[in-house]
Amino acid sequence: MSLKFFAAFFAWIPAYAGTTAQPQPLKSGIEFQSVDVQRLQADDFGNPGMLWVTRGEALWKDKCASCHQDAAVSMRGVATRYPKHDAALGRVVNLDERIRACAARNPAPVALALESEPLLALSTYVSRQSRGLPISVATDGPAAAVLARGRDIYFQRQGQLNVACTQCHDASWGRTLLAEKLSQGHPADWPAYRLEWQTLGSLQRRLRACYFGVRAELPNFGAPDLVALELYLADRARGLAISPPGVRK
Amino acid sequence: MMLGRVQVPTTVRKGEPFEVRILVQHPMETGYRRDLNGQAIPMNVVDKLACRIGGREVFSAELGSGMAANPYIAFYVVVDGPGTVEVEWSDDRGERGTVSTPLNVT
Repeated sequence: MSLKFFAAFFAWIPAYAGTTAQPQPLKSGIEFQSVDVQRLQADDFGNPGMLWVTRGEALWKDKCASCHQDAAVSMRGVATRYPKHDAALGRVVNLDERIRACAARNPAPVALALESEPLLALSTYVSRQSRGLPISVATDGPAAAVLARGRDIYFQRQGQLNVACTQCHDASWGRTLLAEKLSQGHPADWPAYRLEWQTLGSLQRRLRACYFGVRAELPNFGAPDLVALELYLADRARGLAISPPGVRK
Repeated sequence: MMLGRVQVPTTVRKGEPFEVRILVQHPMETGYRRDLNGQAIPMNVVDKLACRIGGREVFSAELGSGMAANPYIAFYVVVDGPGTVEVEWSDDRGERGTVSTPLNVT
């Protein structure tokens, strides 16, 4: 059988089955926000997320710098590579979980709860060091199965509204849903300060808000499904420059 | 200890107005919200904020529950000599916070 036959046979398979379907052109979530919000995010003093960066910097100097030295050097680009398979933990983890694991096993162990203020401050400070760098997660080896799970969730209809992520963020981005512009659903700029929350939250908190929006059962923080979805979203946004801490409506 | 940030231009000129920007980390609880168990969350806002330059008070404000979380305040001021910009605030629980930055006057 010729190569041509195989090519014709596989042509009907949707683009996402083999590789990741990326919306074109890639647009960060901030481009779907109002001018006010865009200005607030770009303002290094006024951006309320910078409060968490300030707190994270103090924590870093106090607890982390003795091993990891200057974050501007040692943590540059790190946030763009998460979620990532961690050999010591034996699973794919996001940046928050990785920092938490490091805090739990360092010479003076500290238990940090997911979504707690100190952990958010540290992950925001570490993410900040990758500002302007493109998302580049590894999806080979043990991460491949997690990526596949994330892709399944992304294309799975769920909740009482019975919609899948793809229906808003691939098919309808740029259009208006009530008072909101639908974004492409990229994980750039997270952790972000969300004006609706009046505080800063992780990407998992934002994803839970989406689950709530479609009236689906909320996964817990750190749930394998949320990490899988995070990995798929990062793969889908591959090459997009990040700018944490973001500001969102 | 509460966290705040204050920003002034890197250099300011004597007699010329410049902007002082202040950002305070605070939940600014209105007292109208309830927690997940239905219990009322007591009101807790930054009730007083003052800014001193070289020991002299140049700005003070009483904030209320209508102000969003993490209040941002900016104002213009004129100085006639060098000094330190000191911001001090307190909330309904009696917690206090301070932040300061040196002022480079030419």
